[in-house]
Amino acid sequence: MSPEVVLPIIIPLLAGALTLAFWRSTFYQRWISLFATTALLGSGIWLLSSIRETGFVVMQMGGWAAPFGITIVADLLSAIMIVLTGIIGLAIAVFSMAATPDKHQKFGYFPLMHLLLAGVAGSFLAGDIFNLFVWFEVMLLASFALLTLGGERAQMEGAIKYVTLNLFSSAIFLSAIGLLYGMVGTLNMADIGDKLSQVEHTGMVNVLAMMFLISFGIKAAAFPLFFWLPASYHTPLVGVSALFAGLLTKVGVYALYRVFTLIFIGDTGYTHTILLWVAVLTMLTGVLGAAAQFEFRRILSFHIVSQIGYMLLGLALFTPLAIIGGVFYIMHHIIVKTNLFLISGVVYRLLGSYDLKKLGGVYKQRPWLAILFLIPALSLAGIPPLSGFFAKFLVIRAGLEVDAWIATGTALLVGLLTLYSMIKIWAEVFWKKLPEGIDDSRLISNRTDSQLLVMLIPVVGLTLCTLYIGLNGEPIYQLASDAADQLLNPAAYIEAVLGENL
Amino acid sequence: MESLMAYVIGILFAAAIYMMLRRSIVKLVIGLIILSNAANLLIFAVSGMTRGAPPLIPEGAAAPLGIIADPLPQALILTAIVIAFGVLAFAVVLIHRAYEVVGNDDLDQMKDTDT
Amino acid sequence: MNDKKTKIMTFNTLILHTAALFLLPLQLIFSVFLLLRGHDEPGGGFIAGLVASGAFVLYLFAHGVASTREIMRVEPRDLLALGLLLGLAAMFPGMFHGEAFLTAQWWEFSLGETDIKLSTVLIFDIGVYFAVLGTILTIVMSLTESEE
Repeated sequence: MSPEVVLPIIIPLLAGALTLAFWRSTFYQRWISLFATTALLGSGIWLLSSIRETGFVVMQMGGWAAPFGITIVADLLSAIMIVLTGIIGLAIAVFSMAATPDKHQKFGYFPLMHLLLAGVAGSFLAGDIFNLFVWFEVMLLASFALLTLGGERAQMEGAIKYVTLNLFSSAIFLSAIGLLYGMVGTLNMADIGDKLSQVEHTGMVNVLAMMFLISFGIKAAAFPLFFWLPASYHTPLVGVSALFAGLLTKVGVYALYRVFTLIFIGDTGYTHTILLWVAVLTMLTGVLGAAAQFEFRRILSFHIVSQIGYMLLGLALFTPLAIIGGVFYIMHHIIVKTNLFLISGVVYRLLGSYDLKKLGGVYKQRPWLAILFLIPALSLAGIPPLSGFFAKFLVIRAGLEVDAWIATGTALLVGLLTLYSMIKIWAEVFWKKLPEGIDDSRLISNRTDSQLLVMLIPVVGLTLCTLYIGLNGEPIYQLASDAADQLLNPAAYIEAVLGENL
Repeated sequence: MESLMAYVIGILFAAAIYMMLRRSIVKLVIGLIILSNAANLLIFAVSGMTRGAPPLIPEGAAAPLGIIADPLPQALILTAIVIAFGVLAFAVVLIHRAYEVVGNDDLDQMKDTDT
Repeated sequence: MNDKKTKIMTFNTLILHTAALFLLPLQLIFSVFLLLRGHDEPGGGFIAGLVASGAFVLYLFAHGVASTREIMRVEPRDLLALGLLLGLAAMFPGMFHGEAFLTAQWWEFSLGETDIKLSTVLIFDIGVYFAVLGTILTIVMSLTESEE
């Protein structure tokens, strides 16, 4: 009996129901959200600490024993992801206190946000492949509605692409689950991993692996199925963009890490080579796409794609160091990317635009904001001693160890081009003079803007997290290393879930 | 029976993808609906089409008697249908709103966010 | 224009108008019946919720959104919230007995001749019922209102 493993799902669901019950009052909704996301972070830390003691936390829902019932299971990677979900949820809840128009709150902004967090947390904790599908759908449904809140033309166009591609991916996922069930007769991921390791390896397993790769690849925005992401992520409210940027694609990455370390490990020469090429092309196309953009959030969206490539590279190389690097990269990326999106929201509040050509002069008026941008931006590009440097260093070092020259070369080049994009934003938004005819009254006003201060709290908080990961990397590295140990040793996971039923 | 179902599923998948590739958003949604049905039928077909009794254990027995149908795929399909129902209801609302905002149901006119 | 649209949205035929009035209570009773027989026989919260929302949607087609809101007396969104809270409430009793979340708890007692079995499953089903009813009515009403 360990409630900490279900609390990360229950808390957002409860908060969603409560905020819905208080839909008439934005005041209550905001405070419930703040309280609930804090509780979510707290439960994540509780889960992490109990996993540091015991290794795995497993709960069989409704008392039905695995592999017949639905299992909720957390290993170290799940727990890390839950803590990050809590951090991002809290940051967005604080940011939304200031930056959400009342119109959107009336249409269910906060309930949907909590539903999304519940879906994300559920996906991280699901021990059953069909349950994973259900949580994916919960998350997607909430994200569809959040994406279209407001109903502007660009949002509708972006949403159609987003919805179509994601429904297509769900259909492939569902078909793959069906075929997998037809093969092994079980849905419990640990049990599937156990059974597949015993059967003679056939071509069918590789077909299934590819179906899962396509399905999760769409959700993680991997090459060549990433184009829904830059078409939609810059359209909704900035708080929603930041939430999506931090968490949604990472759920796809997490699912890939889960199935390609637990289930499809019989023929890594085939599956992980394809993953390697997917990773390389994802990095490259993402960063080249960003180089051509002149919209703040679109540049950042394309960089999500290229960064996903690094995480997949860690998985594809499939050595202990590479997995450590991948896990480290996920931790670093979630925090930094959300932060950059939030900063784009702060700039929008000051100057009323996301278009780089209509922005400028922020450094002169608000140098502290420029510094707050520079830290996550340089971290994203991988400048030491920030968190991104260690993440990239680990992945590239792992690539060099196995002589994957093309992949590591691309990774280095992409790092350079990332720096180019970040410097472009720096030069256009912060450094150059404000173009003529732009209303800068908010930028130069000396009046304290209480909403702006509230918006800056999560930005400062996330920046401190980045600095902490960068300057005090040892414990984080240790955490990632332990998580990688667990991922590369699926027998322990299987034993923890199935117990005496093995 | 299985091979007939295999053909039907194949045709459904093909039809769904054909519809999704057309320019009208209404046909896109029809394609998505067919796609989710094809996936459900696939689960049904691959998990064995047995003509069996409901999986109930008679009183006093420890295991069900005779041939029983596997209840799990049916539960999966039921869940997937409910989910698809919710998602597609949203998709229909979405294309309706999109049609109102864009004033056109041609997907080629919806590329403002692509460049 | 406005007049014409209102006519499209509320079919003002006498038969539908009258039938909807009579069908509404019948369908609601049937939905409660489906809800309560759900555990051992075909039925349950989801299908019962669909039947109940069908009843209100039929009434809505015949009489319009305003009068549907009037006879419902509660906002559909409140129903949705109530349903979600009930569903969540059904998760916890198991925990207080030291079992896993969602473990069903049964309370049996007899009332005269008949045995009555109450359970957390029933609470969960009632929650599903209200959640489905609330969701569908929220969607249908907001779509109809945007048309009008």
